[in-house]
Amino acid sequence: MIQHIIILPIINQLFIAVLLMFFYGRAKAQRFITVVGSALNLLIAATLMHRVASEGIISMQAGNWDAPFGITLIADHLAAVLVLLTSISGFAVSLFSVRTIHVKRVNFGFFPIFHFLLAGLNGAFLTGDLFNLYVWFEIMIISSFVMITLGGRKAQIEGAVKYFTLNILASVIFLTAIGVLYGITGTLNMADLALKVPVIENRGTVHVTAILFLIGFGIKSAVFPLYFWLPASYHTPPAAVSAIFGGLLTKVGVYALIRVFTLIFIDDLFLERMLLGIAVLTIISGGMGALIKNDIRKIFSYFIICHIGFMIGGLGIMTQTAIAGAMFYLIHDIIVKTNIFMVAGLVKKLTGRQDTRLLGGLYSTHPLLSLLMMIPLFSLVGVPPLSGFWPKIWLFEAALDGGFYFTFAAILFGSFITLFVVAKMWKRVFWGKPLKPDSLGFALFDDEQPGAKFKFLLPIILLSVVSLYIGLGAEHIGNLSQTVAGELTNPQGYIEAVFGNVNLQPYED
Amino acid sequence: MKSIIFKTAAEYLLPLLILFSVFILLRGHYLPGGGFVGGLIASIAFVLYAFSHGLENTRQLLRIHPGFLMPLGLTLSLMSGLSPVLISGEPFMTGVWFPDPVPVIGSIGSALIFDIGVYLVVVGVSLTIIFTISENA
Repeated sequence: MIQHIIILPIINQLFIAVLLMFFYGRAKAQRFITVVGSALNLLIAATLMHRVASEGIISMQAGNWDAPFGITLIADHLAAVLVLLTSISGFAVSLFSVRTIHVKRVNFGFFPIFHFLLAGLNGAFLTGDLFNLYVWFEIMIISSFVMITLGGRKAQIEGAVKYFTLNILASVIFLTAIGVLYGITGTLNMADLALKVPVIENRGTVHVTAILFLIGFGIKSAVFPLYFWLPASYHTPPAAVSAIFGGLLTKVGVYALIRVFTLIFIDDLFLERMLLGIAVLTIISGGMGALIKNDIRKIFSYFIICHIGFMIGGLGIMTQTAIAGAMFYLIHDIIVKTNIFMVAGLVKKLTGRQDTRLLGGLYSTHPLLSLLMMIPLFSLVGVPPLSGFWPKIWLFEAALDGGFYFTFAAILFGSFITLFVVAKMWKRVFWGKPLKPDSLGFALFDDEQPGAKFKFLLPIILLSVVSLYIGLGAEHIGNLSQTVAGELTNPQGYIEAVFGNVNLQPYED
Repeated sequence: MKSIIFKTAAEYLLPLLILFSVFILLRGHYLPGGGFVGGLIASIAFVLYAFSHGLENTRQLLRIHPGFLMPLGLTLSLMSGLSPVLISGEPFMTGVWFPDPVPVIGSIGSALIFDIGVYLVVVGVSLTIIFTISENA
């Protein structure tokens, strides 16, 4: 039985993108197609998740070429969860962009590019081949370049140049690493690499290759000291674009790190220590950055960096509990980060401002909306029982069990900084005296029709509900994370899913 | 450009280059060539024509907006990839072939349709870019 479902999340996104290109310049039709298509993708991703949960790892050989010669597509729990989260975020952002992306940007092809980006994300999660992963990364960054520059305001172009330069550099390093790895093993299939890399005698080359991958993916996932492009660019595009970037793009880097360092380069003590060091410094520098910024989206950009450190820390500790914690955090983070950038968009729509010093009194003018915005913000902090709380418990536990006190302290520090900054933001934006809104040439939220208001809020409500579920239904998500961590710490199942039940020690000689 | 030699040559070169591009497209399965190179050669034909006869005449010659070729080509390629799934239930991108080879061209299969899709996308993208640039120049 061949599992066609695995290719569907990618094909569906590509299909929507192509369909949207046929409707080039017709904004209304495009808005309709993007929402219906994203809803369909949500359905497909949920089916895939269900199938993986009930039948175990699903794999498919594209073009019917046997592994390791063809391109393998494989959905284990990790990939299926991430594809599902991508479609949830994608659906919400697609709803959000229907209301917020200006018709001029739509007519320059915003929506096709958006769906190409999602196709790239889904492809990156589902592929089992390193070079194919590179190709999906390219699709993603090319789409993201277009999305970040679309509109062509001066600040946007400035941010895009920084974004472009460092991401191209990361791609080059990633490609170099792939080349070296192919040179020493003769394969790029990840499951095949998992068998071949551990038996290579020249460990020096393997370490160097691992470092190259670390740098390449490190730039993409914005870890210390390679994160400078992120806060320089993420606050410039429209809120919908920041939402999908903040929610998903850096997380693909984290996914790639998790995949490569649990499957291919394993049991490498130096690398694990390095990951831990990077995690600690990432948390501290991200947190410090968030502390001194005043622009809402800049604060959130630094939060992305800070919280990437939590996941890298979990990966660095490398025990099952730690990876489960990192996984749980990743699930929580994708939803919450997408949501808070939409919240930033909502604040701008309400007041016309983004600078926390110039905001105030939202609670007295919009009490219900403030309560809605409280959910993602406090989930971000991890106020129990909201979603950010549970994964940290596991991360603390794993760090203390393993004696990683620096990591423990850093995660604690990062959590407190997040709490402090969000509290400060809450005080400045929501408490105090209401200020007169400052309209910058767009209709303010209060002047909209009730229907339009609801459409604007719908994606935020949707993701807040998902966030609440992750927090209140933590048991389910916890079990899921444990399953993922179990699969990652014991990659035998992954390898068998690719090669079938062949003898798994053919490369010993 | 006003040169009468160039103008006359471009008129004869246009069909020749397009024919050559199709030749390159068809031989691409086993030999050097394929949809990408073929598409570039075809767009060179139109660019040459645009240089000699002006942008408006080239647009009239093409009849459709070159941008329209992009989704068309992508659809073709996507469909060729999906054809094994729909026809025989084999994995995505498996080659599906007609049983009897066609004279001159050889065996026809989903790989050729994929390449034709690439050809159209390349023509569409390069002409859209070049036309946009020369419009603003």
